[in-house]
Amino acid sequence: MTLSAPIAEPGAGIGYRARPSLRSRIAGGRAGPVLVVLVAVLVLWYAGAVLLNWPTESARLARGNPEVSPAEILTATLSAQRPVLPAPHQIAVEIWNTTVKVSPTAPRSLVYHAGVTLGPTLLGFALGTLLGVALAVGIIHSRTLDKSLMPWVITSQTIPILAIAPMVIVVLNSVGISGLVPKAIISTYLSFFPVTVGMVKGLRSPDAMHLDLMRTYNASGRQTLAKLRAPASLPFLFASMKVAVAAALVGAIVGELPTGAQAGLGARLLAGSYYGQTIQIWSALVAASAMAGVLVWLVGLAETTARRRAGARA
Amino acid sequence: MSAAPSLAPAPVPVPAVGDEVIAARKLGLVFGTNDGSVHALKDVDLTIRRGEFVSFIGPSGCGKTTLLRVIADLEQPTAGSITVNGMTPGDARRARAYGYVFQAAALYPWRSIARNVALPLEIMGVPKAERARRIAANLDLVGLSGFEKKFPWQLSGGMQQRASIARALSFDPDLLLMDEPFGALDEIVRDHLNAELLKLWATTRKTVVFVTHSIPEAVFLSTRIVVMSPRPGRITEIIDCDLGAERPLEIRETPRFLEIAHRVREGLRAGHGYE
Repeated sequence: MTLSAPIAEPGAGIGYRARPSLRSRIAGGRAGPVLVVLVAVLVLWYAGAVLLNWPTESARLARGNPEVSPAEILTATLSAQRPVLPAPHQIAVEIWNTTVKVSPTAPRSLVYHAGVTLGPTLLGFALGTLLGVALAVGIIHSRTLDKSLMPWVITSQTIPILAIAPMVIVVLNSVGISGLVPKAIISTYLSFFPVTVGMVKGLRSPDAMHLDLMRTYNASGRQTLAKLRAPASLPFLFASMKVAVAAALVGAIVGELPTGAQAGLGARLLAGSYYGQTIQIWSALVAASAMAGVLVWLVGLAETTARRRAGARA
Repeated sequence: MSAAPSLAPAPVPVPAVGDEVIAARKLGLVFGTNDGSVHALKDVDLTIRRGEFVSFIGPSGCGKTTLLRVIADLEQPTAGSITVNGMTPGDARRARAYGYVFQAAALYPWRSIARNVALPLEIMGVPKAERARRIAANLDLVGLSGFEKKFPWQLSGGMQQRASIARALSFDPDLLLMDEPFGALDEIVRDHLNAELLKLWATTRKTVVFVTHSIPEAVFLSTRIVVMSPRPGRITEIIDCDLGAERPLEIRETPRFLEIAHRVREGLRAGHGYE
């Protein structure tokens, strides 16, 4: 191999650049920190699984063979049928078996259950966002609403959702409404709150000078809302929508618990806990958090698009 | 008062003696605060006629911005009377009698420059084709043609303030109220914009009320200078500034200019503003 300039002369090596090492690419990128945390969580998780499953598994194995070796117990703690804490790979296998290996419409399919929960989540999120924005608009335009409504909005969230959910389901069931709508209402109940609080702040965020400007044009309240308050509140709207969409998912899952629903992630959690199927519980939990992650990411995507259109810095 | 010979004959460029645009009589404003009341304005008597360029100058706290805000119906006086175009300030505001330029450009960051200039036109229901025409004309007037699609953060501070002037002019008000519009800019940009503003005033023949704390700026721009002093905010002196219509930047080194500047400084000192 010949170089155009000898190594030791001026100008040598110009135009040649070392390829970034794998390590620096991982550490420098956005994936690096996430990977480090993931590895740490997995290590802790495996340690936890061994520790927590040790007593039951060692007792079980000792019943058949008093001379059981620690290595055998160790293997058993990571492959138990009904572990106290399942190992990550057990959950991974369970998820694989209930998503890829079965038809998405089968009652065993996690995709099917996730779909059942997704419907009310999205409906509840949409209704909650609309309700939240409507309440915020009312609150900032009327002192009376501000004083009368805001305490109730806050009080509404101090009541445990687990106490309200059964009542909503039972009452609506008695008037013949069941399935998606009652769950969506519980989602709405949880998701309107962050939107209301965020939007009250967002709609009040324009500074005095921007508001004075509207006044010099003799703009109506509606024009000020449309041309100043609403666009100024967009960052607040998206931040609160991210909280709201996750809360909506929690609401839909909680809505599936009290009636012993047959389908949905909540039903999977409940059934799993009835029969001690911890692996099933954990795989439903992982599915729920993955779904929440995707939903929050989608809201973030919508935010990026909206910000681009509003001429934000790249 | 003896004028410098070279400048003496130039008349003050007020188109005939116009009608009263602003007339304040015994105007007063008291702000109630937690630790007692503040006399922001006291016994202000002032008449501004069509086509004048009047500056309010004084130390901070002298009520110059408050007086401008009373004219704009952004503050309510607590004593005396004031009319704008023969109406109450509120009616004048509702009739969209004035364009207001703030200390900061106050452009909406989510709107392009063109759409910022369009903002008052949209609110006033100007049809789209007419909007486009006025955006182009006013951006041209302030020398911002070609920047229509830029967003405010892509422009320098001086350009942003020019855009805000285009916005104030877009609906063609006869009266322009400017609250230290160039206060946040560096001196080179300020000089440039002062010259531009004079040109703009000469072409549009609008009445301008201009708040500043810079003596050279006030003398360079104005046909009359209202000197104010604080505690309570009041007018201590009104100085005619008859430098004529043609005012190149070099005029600031002429004896006549320096003499007026000196009188303004004396007026400010007499008001105990700086002691």
